[in-house]
Amino acid sequence: MAGTSGTPAAKGVPLQSDAYPGAPGAGGTSPADTGDSGTPAASGTGIRLSGVARQFGPVVAVSGVDLEVPLHSRLAIVGPSGCGKSTLLALICGLDEPNEGTIDVLGATTSADRLRRCAWMPQRDLLLPWRDVLGNAALALENQGVRRRTARQRVGHLVERFGLAGFEEKLPYQLSGGMRQRVSFLRTLVAGKEVLLLDEPFGALDSITRADLQEWLRTALDAEPRTTVLVTHDVEEALLIGERVVVMSARPGRIRAQFEVHLPHAGSRRELIRHPEFAELRDEILSLLEAVT
Amino acid sequence: MSTTVTRPDESEVTAPEKSGRTSAGIRRALPAAAILIAIGLIWEAVSHWFGVPNYVLPSLDSIWSIGVSSWSGTLASATWVTTEEVLLGFLLSIVVALVVAFALHSSRVVRNAVYPLLIGSQAVPVVVIAPVLAIIFGYTITPKLIVVTLICFFPIVVNTIDGLASVDPELLRVMRTLDGNRWATLRRVEAPAALPSIFSGLRIAATYAPIGAVFGEYAGSQNGLGYVMIQAIPQLETALVFAAIFILTAEAILLFIAVSVAERIICPWAREGKR
Repeated sequence: MAGTSGTPAAKGVPLQSDAYPGAPGAGGTSPADTGDSGTPAASGTGIRLSGVARQFGPVVAVSGVDLEVPLHSRLAIVGPSGCGKSTLLALICGLDEPNEGTIDVLGATTSADRLRRCAWMPQRDLLLPWRDVLGNAALALENQGVRRRTARQRVGHLVERFGLAGFEEKLPYQLSGGMRQRVSFLRTLVAGKEVLLLDEPFGALDSITRADLQEWLRTALDAEPRTTVLVTHDVEEALLIGERVVVMSARPGRIRAQFEVHLPHAGSRRELIRHPEFAELRDEILSLLEAVT
Repeated sequence: MSTTVTRPDESEVTAPEKSGRTSAGIRRALPAAAILIAIGLIWEAVSHWFGVPNYVLPSLDSIWSIGVSSWSGTLASATWVTTEEVLLGFLLSIVVALVVAFALHSSRVVRNAVYPLLIGSQAVPVVVIAPVLAIIFGYTITPKLIVVTLICFFPIVVNTIDGLASVDPELLRVMRTLDGNRWATLRRVEAPAALPSIFSGLRIAATYAPIGAVFGEYAGSQNGLGYVMIQAIPQLETALVFAAIFILTAEAILLFIAVSVAERIICPWAREGKR
């Protein structure tokens, strides 16, 4: 398996390094803030949860969760499996309602309003097998009433930045796992939501592809900040992408600790992982996770 | 999950094999041809050498010769009439089945109310209902179309409903976050996802349609392959009956193949991972 899965991943690398020099250029055309991406410039509340609890029958999935995610900042949630991380995301998203507590997403409190503000990306890519890359990516635009051809054209401009140039008309089964996930991510972003909720987005990928995409997502979010919540069981991933990391306990899921991540923004993934503060935080979170399970 | 990663390699491997597709097709048809030839040989042997009277088991060559000799007189027009009933009835049953299936899928109330009725409709003995229809509508094409539809629509409905309901629930949740309302989800996700199942239902229905047409003709008709059989059996013209049966069989096979070809054209993605 390792041999076969290595091939598409290796293909992915040059595509991405092509995309990196292109990214600032793309940032130049739209007034993106590549310059001040060091700190999330915007202030104000993006997402606020207070006293949120959700139970399914006798099972308490999460309870007493208070969380705050400032506008345009990135929060990563780590925890043992079954701790209610995914439940929490579904609640924020508006796919589900809490039994107790309130959820506020940019002023929206009802589930229908929250759905309108949140984009959600699950672990599996869930692409439509009968639509090509452009068709899959344009799905949200078509749902919003944009005509098919216009939607495809609009998405077509973004394809290169996602390392998918030349694959516009390929069907999902013709793509590698990493590329499918990038199409899924593109589809999520194209919906144009202010809030991005990622539920173990790279969990189904091999480690090489995953490392690739982590670095790529980090760069993409630096270039175009969005209020992001990432759920993962991979501590490194949490530290790489999150600006804050929250540790949840096993069921019933509660928030055990919060960490601020202060790492140089410019560094590559490998540099960051070698950074002493990164190592220190990783050890601290890992030991906390061991205590929690 | 690693299978999704290996897919591109597979497609690279299969791509250069395209030139050999025709020979592969011949190789795939070979076993079927071999069995047909074997059955034909046994048939000929039994009818010629074992003293079986011709009105019990006519030899293949006598079936062939009566088929040729009565083609322009009776069989040609009978085939045309029956083919028309089969095709129109098949189309009608597709329309009816899809309307019913989508209605059942979109409303739980409708589903609970109508599903038992549908199942009950399948218990109605067509042999009995066909003459009643012939009394009501006379010797027209209408009772035949109704019988064909009655027989054909059920497998299409069941498969379509299953297909519509087969969509991954998480995908439906994704659609909600992508601003997909009920209609958008039905049109862009559920309906395309149901296509392979719909075609499974169509393939079953395709083999039923000629039977339905013959049932309809048996109940009352002035032409058609079923009519030819009614006329031939009392006169012990068994060879003619078999000639009509073979034409019907060929029709069912052709309809089945047509449906399969349509499926390949309409949903090529569904062939991935199927052999």
